[in-house]
Amino acid sequence: MLALLPPATLFVFLAPVLVGLAGTLLPAFGYLPAIGAHDLSLAPWRDLFAWPGFGSALRLTLSVGVLSSLLSLAGAVALVAMLSGTRAFGRVQSALAPLLATPHAAIALGLAFLLAPSGWIVRLISPEWTGWTRPPGDLVTIRDPYGLSLVAGLLTKEIPYLVLALAAALGQVPAQRLIACARSMGYSRGSAWLKLVLPQLWPQIRLPFYAVVAYSLSVVDQALVLGPGNPPPLAVLALRWFSDYDLARYLPASAAGTLQLGLVVAGLVICRLAEWGVGKAGRLWLERGRRSGAADWLLPVAAVPTGVVLAAGLLALLALAIWSFAASWPFPAALPLRWSLSAWAGAGERLQGSLGTTVLIAAAATAVALVLCVGCLEQEARRQRKPRNGLLWLLYLPLLVPQIAFLFGLQVALVRLRLDATLPAVIWAHLVFVLPYVFLSLADPWRALDPRLARSAASLGASPARIFFRVKLPILLRPLLVAAAVGVAVSVAQYLATVFAGAGRIATITTEALTLASGADRATIGVLGFTQTILPLLCYGLALTLPRIVFRHRRGLA
Amino acid sequence: MTRHRIRGALALRNVTIRLGVTTLVTALDLTVAPGDVATVMGPSGSGKSSLLAFVAGFLDGGVFAAEGAVLVDGDNVSRLPPERRRIGLLFQDDLLFPHLSVGGNLMFGLPASIRDRTERRRLVEAALADAGLDGFADRDPATLSGGQRARAALMRVLLSQPRALLLDEPFSRLDAELRGSFRTMVFDQARRRGLPVLLVTHDPQDAEAANGRVVML
Repeated sequence: MLALLPPATLFVFLAPVLVGLAGTLLPAFGYLPAIGAHDLSLAPWRDLFAWPGFGSALRLTLSVGVLSSLLSLAGAVALVAMLSGTRAFGRVQSALAPLLATPHAAIALGLAFLLAPSGWIVRLISPEWTGWTRPPGDLVTIRDPYGLSLVAGLLTKEIPYLVLALAAALGQVPAQRLIACARSMGYSRGSAWLKLVLPQLWPQIRLPFYAVVAYSLSVVDQALVLGPGNPPPLAVLALRWFSDYDLARYLPASAAGTLQLGLVVAGLVICRLAEWGVGKAGRLWLERGRRSGAADWLLPVAAVPTGVVLAAGLLALLALAIWSFAASWPFPAALPLRWSLSAWAGAGERLQGSLGTTVLIAAAATAVALVLCVGCLEQEARRQRKPRNGLLWLLYLPLLVPQIAFLFGLQVALVRLRLDATLPAVIWAHLVFVLPYVFLSLADPWRALDPRLARSAASLGASPARIFFRVKLPILLRPLLVAAAVGVAVSVAQYLATVFAGAGRIATITTEALTLASGADRATIGVLGFTQTILPLLCYGLALTLPRIVFRHRRGLA
Repeated sequence: MTRHRIRGALALRNVTIRLGVTTLVTALDLTVAPGDVATVMGPSGSGKSSLLAFVAGFLDGGVFAAEGAVLVDGDNVSRLPPERRRIGLLFQDDLLFPHLSVGGNLMFGLPASIRDRTERRRLVEAALADAGLDGFADRDPATLSGGQRARAALMRVLLSQPRALLLDEPFSRLDAELRGSFRTMVFDQARRRGLPVLLVTHDPQDAEAANGRVVML
């Protein structure tokens, strides 16, 4: 029974990706029987290339993707290089937790509140500094044609993610002693970090970085709020065509989705080649023995704007909260003139339905993911298998393949199974993304559990089931709860998966927030965005406090 | 107590280190002549490592309160950051960098002022030969035995041209047979290069082999 779990797990989260890829690839070449298209042709591609905004959309996609991937990496590396080994590092990591837990969409909405010409920053400095008594009409701060505000939005999410990945990797490298060793040979701290610590961290942050590259190249949720609308980035264009009433648009949309896949694959291949080149050049650089260099001023200089971006992200979340309680907040007041709960009451009905659906989907997807992951890890432990590297790549597959390249195909398959627009379909689609994150969060603590505990329980006569339920699960309560919180946060954040598998008819707080994003009612958007932030944060809070209460008399576990 | 200056010596003047209300090191005066080995002994938690960290410049000022001076060849380095003290460190584990070859590790130690790549390569190969590691330059450190790794780490720190050497229990990880021969090698190298050595250990045999002053903490 347990032996069937690993293949079943692989099927559950990989089958939708593979079926979906095929179901997007075929329409890209003119084959989609569901709408009566049977002839293989390149017509969808011609339609795509002939679209007037295609060139700009492609340029925008590439510039946003490349810029935000590189800046996220540089920012995270600079921040961790400056902070690792200091007491401030722990505090900064805690401060970043809200940014990690909050969905991309909510941060984008908050940033829009913060950066818009009528936004909080302008209000804080007006009219004293600017002389503006009404929002400046000619100022473009969000949805700029170069996608810079979109890049800022991506950075607020991807930098904390990479900082977390770097911090986890740091636990496996004797960073402080490496730096001490290099400093005693005359190296500056920054040079030592870049030359000795970073190369050893890289193998462990490679896949998280690739996920950042893939996401930045194909971002949709944040682009709907912060990206330019005409032309939009490629993935948003594909979504627009997929949602068109004219079903013939599915074909060029599929071509756009497939092109998006090609861009990400090319991007990752370029990354791999660049790693190889940088590694080779880097070794020569290290062997030259220079004791200090540009790193010493570059790292602190890069850490400063990184801090500003992250602070803006946190302010954006605060802006969501404030707006949700604002009864009257005319420009250019720095804070609302009157506060009230009316937006919460007004959004009540809308919120109730979508919040219930959100929680139901998140709970179901997380529960299934936990059972499958725990089953796989238990099977691995009983068979005494070593985790393989190839498996890690499979786990990351759903995070590396652009969503727009397989979710339409998945929807087509769901329609055939008469499952589309049902809750199980949406839960399954969420599971594709929830499962890898739950596994990644659970695997390390599970594998780190001292195997002698199980052996000594067995020698006392306990059955494998008893060992599992009475020894392992209780000891691993905290990582289990943290993995569950990660699962909920990932599920709450899903936008495209909900839209496609739910055929646009199943609403979560995230789809509702993005639907309303273009509407004018900021208080309601504040309510939805703030709820998106609070829900995952509450789960993390529970995951950290519950074990303390349960094990309050067990200092080793609390 | 010898107060007169010895050229090239490592000297501690009136060093006191406190952790909260406990005083770990009290007014320690110590002069180590070039080529000599002074040994600091004591049970764990006695402040051996703190003393070493103080001399190297790594003592965490937020946790420890320290006063006194460290002199290298007469220069007071107490206020300098570790990277400007030119005091080499050898740790309990060898800390060879796994992303570089053995030769790359040694080149990392070699000062950048030697610019010519062939010259750098020649110096590294000579150092390897000196440590009985002929032809090891292109090897992956992971393929070396414990004793070979220890010797490579020693040559790396020596190539960085330190003015003094601190040893943080560098022999404790080696088995008994290797331990003696590596210890002899370290002390010989230090003597040949005229380096004052401060050794922290809990093994009385180390102190005996060092044949120098012993400080008990």
